[in-house]
Amino acid sequence: MSKDLVIKDLHISVQGEPIIKGLNLSVKQGEIHALMGPNGSGKSTLANSLMGHPLYEIDSGEVIFDGADVLDLEPNERAKLGLFLAFQYPTTIPGVSLANFLRLAVSAVRGKSENGSGNDGLIPMREFRRELRDKMKQLGVDDSFARRYLNDGFSGGEKKRAEILQLAMLEPKIAILDETDSGLDIDAVRIVGESVSSLIGPDLGVLIITHYPRLLDYIRPEFVHILLDGRIVESGGWELTQMLETEGYEPIREKHGITDKEE
Amino acid sequence: MATSEKNTIEELDISKEYQYGFHDDITPKFKSRKGLDESVINEMCDIKGEPDWMREYRLNAYQIFKQKPMTKWGGDLTQLDFDDIYYYVKASDRSERSWDDVPDDIKKTFDRLGIPEAERKFLAGVGAQYDSEVVYHNIVEELDKIGVVFLDTDTAIKEYPDLVKKYFGTIIPSADNQFAALNSAAWSGGSFVYVPPGVKVEYPLQAYFRINSENMGQFERTLIIADEGSQVHYVEGCTAPTYSSESLHSAVVEIVCMKGSRVRYTTIQNWANNVYNLVTKRAFAYEDAQMEWVDGNLGSKLTMKYPSVYMMEPGARGDILSIAFASKGQHQDAGAKVYHCAPHTTSQITSKSISKDGGRSSYRGWVDVAKGAKGCKSHVVCDALILDKDSRSDTYPVIEIGESDTNIEHEARVSKIGEEQLFYLMSRGLSEEEASTMIVNGFIEPLVKELPMEYAVEMNRLIQLQMEGSVG
Ligand SMILES: Nc1ncnc2c1ncn2[C@@H]1O[C@H](COP(=O)(O)OP(=O)(O)OP(=O)(O)O)[C@@H](O)[C@H]1O
Ligand SMILES: [Mg+2]
Repeated sequence: MSKDLVIKDLHISVQGEPIIKGLNLSVKQGEIHALMGPNGSGKSTLANSLMGHPLYEIDSGEVIFDGADVLDLEPNERAKLGLFLAFQYPTTIPGVSLANFLRLAVSAVRGKSENGSGNDGLIPMREFRRELRDKMKQLGVDDSFARRYLNDGFSGGEKKRAEILQLAMLEPKIAILDETDSGLDIDAVRIVGESVSSLIGPDLGVLIITHYPRLLDYIRPEFVHILLDGRIVESGGWELTQMLETEGYEPIREKHGITDKEE
Repeated sequence: MATSEKNTIEELDISKEYQYGFHDDITPKFKSRKGLDESVINEMCDIKGEPDWMREYRLNAYQIFKQKPMTKWGGDLTQLDFDDIYYYVKASDRSERSWDDVPDDIKKTFDRLGIPEAERKFLAGVGAQYDSEVVYHNIVEELDKIGVVFLDTDTAIKEYPDLVKKYFGTIIPSADNQFAALNSAAWSGGSFVYVPPGVKVEYPLQAYFRINSENMGQFERTLIIADEGSQVHYVEGCTAPTYSSESLHSAVVEIVCMKGSRVRYTTIQNWANNVYNLVTKRAFAYEDAQMEWVDGNLGSKLTMKYPSVYMMEPGARGDILSIAFASKGQHQDAGAKVYHCAPHTTSQITSKSISKDGGRSSYRGWVDVAKGAKGCKSHVVCDALILDKDSRSDTYPVIEIGESDTNIEHEARVSKIGEEQLFYLMSRGLSEEEASTMIVNGFIEPLVKELPMEYAVEMNRLIQLQMEGSVG
């Protein structure tokens, strides 16, 4: 049975300030959705909240994943159910190598009994190494990455690739990509785009948050949503990205009577 | 941030308070009694068959000890009662404890640490036949061939009287401080190492191979002499909790690094939390010699320990790396001291401390540059990680500079585990406890990677144990 992520009338605030104001969205395994919206419209707020960030207050609404409400679950429990977030701004963890971290993460998410894991509950080293090496190769990530400290001194683009590497290793059911293309050079956008699309299949549903259609050239979304003032105001197909590209958000704002709060 | 249950695995938390009843089972042949005086010292000398110079040395140190006022700086020593301590218990008496007497929670901790059976017995103070004695003899034979001496200090006094006498107490005189005086009066055990000119010892000399031949004492006395151009790495301690029926551990470690030599001294200690761990460690480094202290302190009630390097001649270098982990009811007053007594000498101090569950860690450092010691460099970095609001960290750096042509840098940082870091790791499937443990291990990684492999692994596991049940 397919594991769907269903968001119903979700209201989120940050430090008492309402940011998401009644959002409905559903992403099924195997589907590709794009979420676009101006700076500050609440895209990351939504993404972080779906993963369970403690800073964001859920005022009302539901987030159902695989038939169960996940709003009371810790981030790690959501990860184990198959949710994944590629961060817009990945955090640095000094002294922790990407490989050590990923081995623990993969073991936690895939479950301890699987893969004939050893008595320490971890996926066997050799198996893990092989898999990591293969995936790094596919993503064009340098071998030395595995030994480097997590995001420590990584360039902006390297951080984003490391996020996709984690996505590939953790094999989630639904992945949220928060501006994974920002900060990437043209070739890197292609590599990330191609690798994400290679991961896409009936088992992976994706919600891509982006400002640029370039990434979407590689990962053609079937559904495009526009977030304005804390709500999805337009949903459609590919043509929406084209319209945004030529006309910007202004016509949509006017249509829905929303004033730009930045001004 | 999370709601994970607190204290579920508390029974395995090695920082928990234990009650040891070990000493009740000892029936010493030598009539040990509490407290120190001339007759105890004389009796000790008689039993050990020590030469007169050592007897005089001890008695003289005892006079100094008696005159010293109680140390008032550092940690709180008001609960320490010198008259309530056994100063000498023969090794053979110690071994009468039985494994069955070892409390279950301690055994469980050993299980969790994966300590081999034989070693556990030793660590628990159960002096069973220990395989390492065999290992030790093989090592000694090997070392013999290249002229390296590696003995317990009591034996060394008998076998190498001139060498020991020449250096004993020259680096740390009895009058140096109250605890050095006490150790000089009451010392037992410890290691003696001599490395001849140009000899490089390929593998670390591990104190615990040696330990069973003379049981680990509370007043160890270690003396290491690295002759010109030689090289040696000495490792002491063990990451498993060290259980002692006595509540005072006060060691003295003296190191002589002659011209062009290189010595590294690594300590990982995890005392039971009734122990006062008051240790004096000092090295003299001569021309182009390099001394490195790597010092890890966990456990104990109060640790006061500031390994120091005196750079006596040009080109000498002193490096001190220290890690302190202060849990509930613990105060780690650790640090480092460097004295630039000659021009063109270099030092580096790196201190990392972690405080949790109301624990307190303080960094106490001293950087001294003598007048006329031109072109010296010193770099000090202190990083403190505080895990909760009840815990505490302080730094007390002192910098004394008698020479303007010097380059001294001091950096200090205090950090907390970031919410973003926790969220990041948890979003990848790690529990809050796993995530904080990983962050703490990452924090001390720069020091842990300097440890010999097996110690590094144990150190990480130990941090894991310390972190268990700590999240709430
Ligand atoms: N941690 C936070 N602290 C304070 N305010 C926040 C925080 N996170 C988000 N906000 C506020 O919530 C609003 C939405 O921010 P959010 O990051 O979700 O926007 P976004 O759509 O992802 O923007 P961008 O396209 O720039 O990434 C903004 O006004 C922002 O300032
Ligand atoms: Mg954003």
